[in-house]
Amino acid sequence: MGKKTVIPIGPYHPLLEEPEFFKLYCDGEIVKDMVWETGYNHRGIEKICQTKTFEQVFYVVERICGICSTSHPFAYANAVESIPGVEIPERAKYIRSIVGELERIHSHLLWVGLAGHFLGYNTVFMWAWKYREPILDMFEIITGNRNSYAMFTIGGVRRDINAEQATQLLKVLDDVKEKTDLLVGAVMDDPVIHARLKGVGVLTSKDIHDFGAVGPTARASMVDIDVRRDDPYAAYDMVNWKVILAKGGDVFAKAEVRLLEMYESIAIIKQCLEGLKKSNQGDIKIKVKEIPPGIGIGHAEAPRGEVFHFVKSDGGNSPVRHKIRAPSYTCIPTFRKSCVGGTVSDAAIATAAVDPCYCCTERMTQVYDYSTGKKIMNAAELIKLSQAKTRDLKDKKV
Amino acid sequence: MGLKEKCFKKSLWVFHLSAGSCNNCDIEILDCLTPKFDIERFGMKLVGSVRHADVLLVTGVVTRKTLSRVKEVYEQAPKPIVVIGIGACACTGGLFRDSYNFAGPLDKVIPVDAYIPGCPPKPESMLAGVMKFLNKK
Ligand code: SF4
Repeated sequence: MGKKTVIPIGPYHPLLEEPEFFKLYCDGEIVKDMVWETGYNHRGIEKICQTKTFEQVFYVVERICGICSTSHPFAYANAVESIPGVEIPERAKYIRSIVGELERIHSHLLWVGLAGHFLGYNTVFMWAWKYREPILDMFEIITGNRNSYAMFTIGGVRRDINAEQATQLLKVLDDVKEKTDLLVGAVMDDPVIHARLKGVGVLTSKDIHDFGAVGPTARASMVDIDVRRDDPYAAYDMVNWKVILAKGGDVFAKAEVRLLEMYESIAIIKQCLEGLKKSNQGDIKIKVKEIPPGIGIGHAEAPRGEVFHFVKSDGGNSPVRHKIRAPSYTCIPTFRKSCVGGTVSDAAIATAAVDPCYCCTERMTQVYDYSTGKKIMNAAELIKLSQAKTRDLKDKKV
Repeated sequence: MGLKEKCFKKSLWVFHLSAGSCNNCDIEILDCLTPKFDIERFGMKLVGSVRHADVLLVTGVVTRKTLSRVKEVYEQAPKPIVVIGIGACACTGGLFRDSYNFAGPLDKVIPVDAYIPGCPPKPESMLAGVMKFLNKK
């Protein structure tokens, strides 16, 4: 075995905002192994939930992760509502789906931007984040906050979407669609992006099954899973849409899945808005007096995959046990498969491809010298390396 | 006017440290860089290492695992440095103050110069907070 170099990334990584820590064991340019360390972000949320009432838990789970601040309440609502077995009003179903899909669009745009930055396309980063702004403004109009929406409650939603807001939303969606076309064009037709992303970080469908990966990571390897279709909740069985799949399992396929999913989300929201018009001024919530003793299980499709919540009630005011499993929990271990064997300069984008969310998983990137254990490179340098590779490719006009 | 207010008038370089946040505050900080808010026009930018920074933005609650790292990052920072706590979590502990993994409010760990409350504070209020601090007489 030759001399190995270890590159440590993190815990304070300049771009991925959360504390996370990876070690890449390298032999020359090739990544031989990697380990990650997490737990920096562990805030004891499950325990806090047990001290809050069922109603208050919504606002706690919302703060697990800022980007998925609808997905967690969604899964929790499904879990808690399954205990008494309540059916929420139609209008509430539509509004829940609208908020959920808006979140998917904003999360995917955010990912496209970050991926662009990793590849040295800072213009894509700026553009994607600029197009994300109208969506956040829309969130502010509908829910009252740009993030952490506090929209859900047991038995429905807390705010209605009126006709005026619906028209505004439609307009924003049309704009976003146009911008998505632009981004799709920029990604799909660029030879340099093809050269950087095709064949990088490949996960076969067997790997997906082995690791239990979910969401766009799985769908990019032709694994046809999506909670929204497989176990419909809210309004997803009342609208027409399709699950986006892509072949290849590489980073390119993952980008493709995310970009095309945005069109589906736009279609879903539009149909939900139609539905809202029809269900004109119905109730947006039903009163749930108490949660009987029992066990509730709920899941929802977050932008990153399946979120799972387990709630146990003893008939009191608060859950006696609350268990949460976020999608990144199963997606992050796939790094070992997607990075190992690739080059160091591809590691940044291969790890970013699953859109890891460490605050969901409470987990951490570094490169170390294998023999001496010395830190030799940090994430900033790693990103620089990745950006330099794109530049070289551009210069060579691949 | 103290030394800090005197030296930090223009072109602040900012380092962002997430002690144990939910990502929202962090994303809103990144949002400040993007075209809508564009703090780069003031010469401000996010830097990759705290050794280059004039301002340290801390988000999230300090957890037991990040406690020593937060202290270390603060020690590595060139002094004087302005420390700003962003969000309810960094200001008070917010929702997580009762958590078993909460290592105490940020200002008990490192000296904090300014607090920007909100969950998450909007980019506008972050800019307003920084400006208010800088214009303090
Ligand atoms: S203040 Fe709110 S938005 Fe900011 S890190 Fe804490 S919970 Fe998240």
